[in-house]
Formats: sequence, C-alpha cells, structure tokens
Amino acid sequence: MSEAQIKSLEEEFEARIARDEKIEPKDWMPEKYRKTHIRQMSQHAHSEIVGMLPEGNWISRAPSLRRKVALLAKVQDEGGHGLYLYSATETLGITRDEMFQQLHSGKAKYSSIFNYPAVTWADIGAIGWLVDGAAIINQVALCGTSFGPYARAMVRICKEESFHQRQGYEITLKLAQGTPEQKAMAQDALNRWWWPSLMMFGPKDDESPNTAQSMKWKLKRKTNDELRQQFVDQTVPQAELIGLTIPDPELKWNEEKQGYDFGEIDWDEFWQVVKGHGPCNKERMKARVSAWENGEWVRDAAIVYAEKQQDKKLNKAV
Amino acid sequence: MKKEWPLWEVFVRSKNGLEHRHFGSLHAADAEMALENARDVYTRRNEGVSIWVVESKNITASNPEHNAELFEPAQDKVYRHPTFYDLPDEIKHM
Ligand SMILES: [Fe+2]
Ligand SMILES: [Fe+2]
Repeated sequence: MSEAQIKSLEEEFEARIARDEKIEPKDWMPEKYRKTHIRQMSQHAHSEIVGMLPEGNWISRAPSLRRKVALLAKVQDEGGHGLYLYSATETLGITRDEMFQQLHSGKAKYSSIFNYPAVTWADIGAIGWLVDGAAIINQVALCGTSFGPYARAMVRICKEESFHQRQGYEITLKLAQGTPEQKAMAQDALNRWWWPSLMMFGPKDDESPNTAQSMKWKLKRKTNDELRQQFVDQTVPQAELIGLTIPDPELKWNEEKQGYDFGEIDWDEFWQVVKGHGPCNKERMKARVSAWENGEWVRDAAIVYAEKQQDKKLNKAV
Repeated sequence: MKKEWPLWEVFVRSKNGLEHRHFGSLHAADAEMALENARDVYTRRNEGVSIWVVESKNITASNPEHNAELFEPAQDKVYRHPTFYDLPDEIKHM
C-alpha cells in the first residue's frame, strides 16, 4: 500500500470513529490503534487477575458466612472480568500465552493499586468501596469506547461491578458503627487506601501526553483529572455519612466550582510503585507466576486427555 | 510441552423464545470443558438457559473488505420494501 492510500484509509477510519461507528476486529485499523488497544486491554485484564490476590487472601478469614460468600463471589467476578478482557484482546491477534508471558516477565503493567497490601479485614471494605469505586468511574467511561469487543466487555463488567462497591461500603459502614477498635480499623484502612485510590486515575493531565489520542479513539471520555475530581466529589459525602475522615487536611468544599479542592498526590510514590518498587510488587508476581507454573501439568494433561478422546472417536468411526 | 488450549466461541440463549447470542470466547481443552467454563464465565447471574460452544477455528467469517460486493447490492433494491408501492389512501390495513 502506498503512503497516500494508507493516509486516506486512516482518515476514513478516524471519521468512522467520529461518527460513533464501532470498529470490529477484522476491520482495517492503523497499526497504532491495534497496538494501543492490545496494550491497554491486556493491562486491564492483568489488573483484574492480579486484583484477585489481595482480596483472595481474606476469603478464608472472612468474619461471617455472609461476608465470605460475598467476597468469594466478588473475587470470582474479577477473574471473569480478566477472562472477558483477555478474549476481547485476542481478537486483535495476540495469543493468551503471549499476554501471560508479558505479565510474568514484567513487560506488561497492571494497576499499581494491587501492589498495596490488604493487612486487616477493614481493607477488604476499603478496597470494595474505594478501589472498585474508582474502577467503576474509569470503566463506565469505557462502555462507549470505539473498539467493539472492548466496549461489550466493559458493559458486562460494569453491570457486575456495582455489587462489589456496595459490599465494600457495607463492610466499612458496619465497622464504623462498631466498637471503638472496629471504627479505628475502618479509619486506618481509609487512611491507607485513600491516596493510592486517587492515583488510580493516572498522572495529571499536563503529564499525560496520550490524552488527546485516547480521546479521539474514545479510550477516554474525560481526562484523568476530571475523573479524579468526580471520584473525590462522590466519595467524600460517603465517608462523612458513616463518620470517617478523609486523610487530607487540605480537603475543602469549593462553592465556586461546586466540587472539593484536595491536596497534592505524592507522585514520587506513584512512580516508585509503577516502576516496581511498591510494597507488594514482587509478592504479587511471585504468586501469579507460581500459580501459572504449578498449573502447567494440569493444562498439559487436559490437552493429552482431549486428544486421546478424539483419537478414540476416530478409531471407532473407522 | 507448550500447547495452548484451543479457543471456543460461546453462544447463550438467555431464555426460551430467544435465539442464542454470541457472548464471547474462552479457552478449553475440549468441548465438555468449554461448556463448563462457559457456565462459570458467562452465566454467573442467570444469564442463560442454554449454551452452545464451537471451536473458533470452525467459524468462517466474511471479510469486511468485501462488504461492498456483499452488502451494497441490497441497497438499491427498494422494491423489496413495502413503502415502494403506491396504494390509494383509502386502503388502510395493507
Ligand atoms: Fe473487575
Ligand atoms: Fe470489581
């Protein structure tokens, strides 16, 4: 294809997206579109899968059967979200094994929030309330994204997310209404998860060079800072209602902008964790890789069994 | 041995009276496992009463680059639609 031909294909492609048409896997697409989507969608899938680890750790220690079935169902949902997203990404021509390989080798990233530890039961409340809450804001914006398989996966995921946040808030609420020790535990979890949750929206707009491109392809509908503001504005009243304090002395209602002003995020910490130096980066990857390696014999045995069954059928047919 | 489980496409009938609809795909060693996985991945909240799985490699898809030859000829066949025909106003139900 000549350069002029590619250029006109690209213009037609951008125009389709601007008209709100969806792009499907077999449609022509610019290489950059394919690569950007493989990267973002696989990272999204990895985040769902790694996100099971901090919470899965608490399933056996949930304080009641009610909490246990809810947490079990939530963690299973996150596994499901990962699977929807992996299969949506595969439509772009990358294999599942390649994606796992990129995750395990550290080439692919996942959401940094999962590199923080879940140290008490109150953390399970804070994760559902804040982390799933922030994820919902990001994901709702993606339901209208331009790549069909991604948009469809997001619609399914968003439907399932709302219970995640509600069960987390309920856990936090119950602790906040409990003994002084329980309330202190809820406050402590909020203190530790608040800032990392704000970081989930990514760098500030002026340090986010891909925003314009992502807006065009509808990978973003609002900027990082706009989404972060939305999260703060919706979460602060939820904390107040149950008598917890947001750990930010600079937090203040701003009548003029009809939103909260809030303090500066520790961006050094953000980049440290992204680069692999968070409290649990190593532990998470170790757990993930050992699950994959220890399961290898099972995967291999299943294939051999399936092939044998197939052979048996063929032999009978002869 | 490094062999990836094959990919399967999953179709789910959400209730009797409706057709099976494509829900997504998954990996499984064989058809039986594909059905079991499909149940866990795609019907955790009563989304279905029946599941079909078919190995993805068995699906033949049309090529979007041939959309013009395939689908455009139908565009100028307006006589396939009821509004193409002129009837007197007195005729109400036709
Ligand atoms: Fe999720
Ligand atoms: Fe979730």
